[in-house]
Amino acid sequence: MTPLVDVQGVTKVYQRDSQQLTVLQALDLTIAEGEYLALMGPSGSGKTTLLNLLAGLDTPTDGSIRVAGEEISRMKPKQLAAWRSRHVGFIFQLYNLIPVLTAVQNVELPLLLTPLKKKERRDHAETALRIVGLEERMDHYPRQLSGGQEQRVGIARAIVTDPTLILADEPTGDLDASSAAEILDLLTRLNTEFGKTIVMVTHDPHAAEQAGRTLHLEKGALLEQRIREGHGAALASAGSDAVQEREP
Amino acid sequence: MRIPIVYNVRSLIQRPATTLTTALGIGFVVLTFVGMLALANGFRAALISTGRPDNVFVLRSGADAEISSSIDRDQAAILRSLPEIAKLPDGRPIVSSDVYVVVAKPRVNGTETHMPVRGVGAEALAVRDQISIAEGRMFEAGRPEVIVGRGLVGRMQDTEIGERLRFGQQEFTVVGHFEAEGSAFESEVWGDNETLMSVFRGPVYQSVVMRLSDPASFDRLKARIEGDPRLQVDVERESQFFADQAALLTTMLRFVAIFVTAVMAVGAVFGAINTMDAMVAARGREIALLLTLGFRRRSVMASFLLESLLVALAGGVLGCLLALPINGIRTSTTNWQSFGEVSFAFRVTPESMIVGIAFALVMGLIGGLLPAWRAARGVVAEGLRRA
Amino acid sequence: MTRGTIVRANLRRRLRRTILTVLGLAVAIFLFVTLRTFLRTLQTVGDVGSESRLITSNKLGIVFPLPLAYRARLTSQEGVHTVSYATWFGAIYQDPRNFFANFAIDAESYLALYPEIVVSDAQRQAWLADRTGALVGSRLMEQFGWSVGQTVTLTGTIFPGEHTFNIRGAYEAGMRGFDERSFLFHHRYFDEIARISGGDGVAGWYVLGVSDPERAPAIAQSIDASYENSAAPTRTQTEKAFNLAFVGLYGNIGFFLNAIGLAVVFAILMVSANTMAMSARERFSEVAVLKTLGFTDTDVLRLVLTEAAVVAGLGLVLGLGGALLVFNLGSFDLGGFIPGLVVTPQIALVAAGIALLIALASGAVPAWQSARLKVVDALRYVA
Repeated sequence: MTPLVDVQGVTKVYQRDSQQLTVLQALDLTIAEGEYLALMGPSGSGKTTLLNLLAGLDTPTDGSIRVAGEEISRMKPKQLAAWRSRHVGFIFQLYNLIPVLTAVQNVELPLLLTPLKKKERRDHAETALRIVGLEERMDHYPRQLSGGQEQRVGIARAIVTDPTLILADEPTGDLDASSAAEILDLLTRLNTEFGKTIVMVTHDPHAAEQAGRTLHLEKGALLEQRIREGHGAALASAGSDAVQEREP
Repeated sequence: MRIPIVYNVRSLIQRPATTLTTALGIGFVVLTFVGMLALANGFRAALISTGRPDNVFVLRSGADAEISSSIDRDQAAILRSLPEIAKLPDGRPIVSSDVYVVVAKPRVNGTETHMPVRGVGAEALAVRDQISIAEGRMFEAGRPEVIVGRGLVGRMQDTEIGERLRFGQQEFTVVGHFEAEGSAFESEVWGDNETLMSVFRGPVYQSVVMRLSDPASFDRLKARIEGDPRLQVDVERESQFFADQAALLTTMLRFVAIFVTAVMAVGAVFGAINTMDAMVAARGREIALLLTLGFRRRSVMASFLLESLLVALAGGVLGCLLALPINGIRTSTTNWQSFGEVSFAFRVTPESMIVGIAFALVMGLIGGLLPAWRAARGVVAEGLRRA
Repeated sequence: MTRGTIVRANLRRRLRRTILTVLGLAVAIFLFVTLRTFLRTLQTVGDVGSESRLITSNKLGIVFPLPLAYRARLTSQEGVHTVSYATWFGAIYQDPRNFFANFAIDAESYLALYPEIVVSDAQRQAWLADRTGALVGSRLMEQFGWSVGQTVTLTGTIFPGEHTFNIRGAYEAGMRGFDERSFLFHHRYFDEIARISGGDGVAGWYVLGVSDPERAPAIAQSIDASYENSAAPTRTQTEKAFNLAFVGLYGNIGFFLNAIGLAVVFAILMVSANTMAMSARERFSEVAVLKTLGFTDTDVLRLVLTEAAVVAGLGLVLGLGGALLVFNLGSFDLGGFIPGLVVTPQIALVAAGIALLIALASGAVPAWQSARLKVVDALRYVA
């Protein structure tokens, strides 16, 4: 079975004034469908860049990225936008809810890009909020919600279009311990109960423990991976290759 | 402790686009104000400078303008002989009995207006000594010749030296151009009174103007004239007469200027409030920081108010600078009180600019007040949370 | 929820700011429309003048009279069905600042030529029967608080002395824009007054009714040619042309009013563009989020422009609506001084165009900035 995400030889170079900054260097990576992957690494290691590339928010300088069979590394911005709306659910560290819209309106936002009718959109949004356990607060504004609740709305928004990939950038970075735990539980549920493929960037080793596989990035290259006990078999059956390592 | 002004100046410089557009918004209001006042002042200046306080101006009683007046030869003769009148070295009284009409004539651009034509007496240049021949020569009495005021040259057709102006059946040759220190006389065509009389209204004058030998004797002269049963005339100082002739249009123009500017200002103030509001909102962190550092709320409020005033001041100065090129632009219109064309130049005065800048500051004050007050109030908690 | 919900929510985000922007725009548009309306009315005063009435005046200018003796020849002019005449009296009522038109007319023929002067039969008969009678425009009656039957005294300026009149009727304008502030009395009374100073036997101008307006230019030429070499040569033109000539007296006023209008538009453009840009800047992070979700640059552009359009639209409705209320419905016309002040469809269209321009211009900068915003850079703002 082919992997859901196939990254091959991806390099990302930034131009800053006259200097060139290589953030990712000929990186290879595969992600199987239904995986829960954590990306860790110090600041500047390129983990956020990698996440952005997977999300189709940026294109690599070199290399190829295939998601669900589609080659996204050479798509034009307009195509990427359309692709994102169908295939990606993004969870931000600072939630990034639109403050002037209610929780349910925020969740409905991605559905505006689909051909669904108004009533259908509403139903989907309510369902998503139900999944994250925030049904009673759907008409609240973000400022009326706690940090943990805001992030749950963020998660609802990320899953409402039933995307191929859920990408989370430090989802618990701004939360206190108990709220963080709630969020991580939710993400785990999404993976185990609903079979969603999740890639999470995190600083927090405790958060990473929830994932089935953790990859470490340093200076643009994957260093090591840790596979959780029992997870290796699942990976093998999904046809995932072992991570190819390169010299840092 | 006061927040140093350099903080405000730096903040403004760091947001050049916002600062500039707000300043320009206020600036255009000031520009409109100063520009419109320049129109009113220019018109007024032309007329104010037209008369001398030591010249006595006589119209038929009840007449509100030279156009409506008629003074016969007998009365004119009596007026010439009055003792308070100054005399030339050769004994002639410094008096001019004027014929005044307005004639429908085309401007250079084809539109028509009423050209003032004044027939003056031999001593006219002595009575109105601000008149000087700029080009050509003075007309000769008894000949079909006229001189044209500088304000009409180039604006009215047939006013170049050598060209001919037709009045009824008579043609008059333009033999000279004259200057009159920017006064309304520059918008007139002058000729010999006896000659023009026969062309226009027959043997009556419209006004008589006389020089007082002693300016202080005005009241005595006035009493003498009013006491004389043979004279049915009104007497006033020439300067007063022409000033009054400017009154109506000047008042109207000033009124329009103030009305238009006031309405514009309302819109500009709304804009200023919005700008300041946004500035305060954007600087929540800075405000929280300032308060944490120990600056009083009052100082924060004063600081933002000052910033608003600085922008307004810049706008006011900008508006005045934009208005300066308007100064000196010539235009003309009909003075409805005299019914004659008046050519004049826009006059940007220091007073109007000062008022304009003061106005800008008021706009800045009103615009900045509410946001500044809000800045000093409950922004702390929010700002700290963001920090 | 729809895209409209987003626009609405954004407008309500800072309600005071939105309201102030709308009001500022409304004020500017109101002012602009007012200036344009004044200008148009001044310039189209000729519309009120008729093409089937000719005015014959002294070629030298309106301040010079014509002999009453001309009447015979004018009456016999082919193509002219009625001849009337009028003379400017120029008197004042108490205060010289109370300016109003007062002139003497040849009553029966003048009323025949001016069906726009609407007066009841009873008052009309009473006026015709009274040598010192006056027919006064209704707006003037209002202004001075006069009533029919009252005796008023006017102070002469051209013809000195106090002159009494009996107000026998009040007339109304039968056509919009026709003056309702005039004071009309009989020419034979005028002749008595003028005789004292030897100013009788003349008329200020003649009004000629022509049966066929197409022939008006030919008739005018014929009349003027016949008096060309006389002591008082004439100028004959349609009443329309005659009225328009008065507009020309104002000089460059059109240019200046337009210049002011332009300054007004510019000022408000600065203000609203600034406000829109500020609002947009505050929302860059949200734009980044929208783009992450898959909204394209075009989607974002549309949202920004829709917001700007709503603001401009509301400002237009209030500003133009206000002007329509004041001028078209309320018939405000400066106490009758500038009759016929009305906002025309063309002016409304120009105002709408300006609102559109402001919407586009103020939405353009933030829209362009948002479009240029690379999501990944913006997300750095965000995270």
